[in-house]
Amino acid sequence: MRALKALVARDLALAARVGGSGALSLVFFLMIVALVPFALGPDLNLLSRIGPAILWLAAVLSTLIGLDRLFQADEEDGSLDLMSGSPAPLEGVVLAKVLAHWLTTGLPLALASPLFGLLVALDGRAMAATALTLLVGTPALTFVGAVGAALTASIRRGGLILAVVVLPLMIPTLIFGVSASEAALGGTIPFTTPLAILGALSLIAGVIGTFAAAAALRWSE
Amino acid sequence: MRLTAQDLAVRRSGRRIFSGLSFALGPGEALMVTGRNGAGKSTLLAVLAGRLKPEAGTVTASGIGEATLSECLHVVGHRDGLKSPLTAEENLAFARDLLGAPTASPRAALEELGLGHALRLPVAYLSAGQRRRVALARLLVCRRPLWLLDEPTAALDAASQDVLAGMMARHRAEGGLVIAATHQALGLADARELRIEAPAAKAARPAVAADEVWW
Repeated sequence: MRALKALVARDLALAARVGGSGALSLVFFLMIVALVPFALGPDLNLLSRIGPAILWLAAVLSTLIGLDRLFQADEEDGSLDLMSGSPAPLEGVVLAKVLAHWLTTGLPLALASPLFGLLVALDGRAMAATALTLLVGTPALTFVGAVGAALTASIRRGGLILAVVVLPLMIPTLIFGVSASEAALGGTIPFTTPLAILGALSLIAGVIGTFAAAAALRWSE
Repeated sequence: MRLTAQDLAVRRSGRRIFSGLSFALGPGEALMVTGRNGAGKSTLLAVLAGRLKPEAGTVTASGIGEATLSECLHVVGHRDGLKSPLTAEENLAFARDLLGAPTASPRAALEELGLGHALRLPVAYLSAGQRRRVALARLLVCRRPLWLLDEPTAALDAASQDVLAGMMARHRAEGGLVIAATHQALGLADARELRIEAPAAKAARPAVAADEVWW
């Protein structure tokens, strides 16, 4: 437990000191959301109808930023070897690293999404709903991404392969994230049904992703 | 603890590195692994650390209770496992929390290696030799019976080499084991030497080509 706490604290300290992926993925998120109105034109009705989908798509893409360095940085400088010598199981190490990564990328994304919702003309209710679904859904994205990051940890330019491997696996999360946000705006299904499925997806990804990423790291050794 | 390696053979990317290596180490003993560049010294250490699976042969440790072998050893090698943005103290404190069984504070360990002044400096500011000394300080912050050192004196000045020799002598006096891959005398008194020779090249080559993995 002490080892994992130290690992989370170290990764948070590194993220704070280097800046890097957390802030970068937030800026990337802003860029994508800002580009959409330019592409579609100033049709506010259209924008506010597809707004949640745009925010979710941008969130999925910006999750990929920095994900390739999740294990690769530790693999390159030998920290991963150090961690495999720890009494803590590798699954615990993966969980701690993913948690720290989500705290520095996924969480800020969800918290900043209401602000970016302004760019696609969302009203207050839709903003709150989208932020809530992102909060519930981004852990699933991070855990799925961690499996790809573990698989590509020892590949020099693994970033693109990572995106190709991981994006299809993020589709279920995307579907239920968008449908939950849209259910909040009205429609036939209640908001909580897709939201509950989204939460379930995050929990499932948490379990499967942790074990799969640890297995991938062991296999690549 | 006792460490026994029997008839180890390793193949990496289809190429036979070495085969038929055997040795046994008891408490307080040291082994110097020598051989030309590329002979497989680092590979042998990686196998002992559990990072590579040998093609044949076994590595067994006794007298370590419930723990696995990889929980009983320290590795200091070329990839030093230090994070450049963090200070020397933070790096060592992290290693101590991660590996468990703490013995010395990061400050005491660094002072022993003559780096007390670098305690609050980011590792990125340190020279290669100083970085290596921070990595060696990890040996002191938590106690593990087996030390695997891959060319530990690389980039070290003469004074630090003496400190390292003293550390290893004390570790062995406490019943620890040291296995070092090296090209130089390390000041290891009565250490045994294991020389890795190139495999019978002619015999191995044709067999290798058949199952070579191409990426």
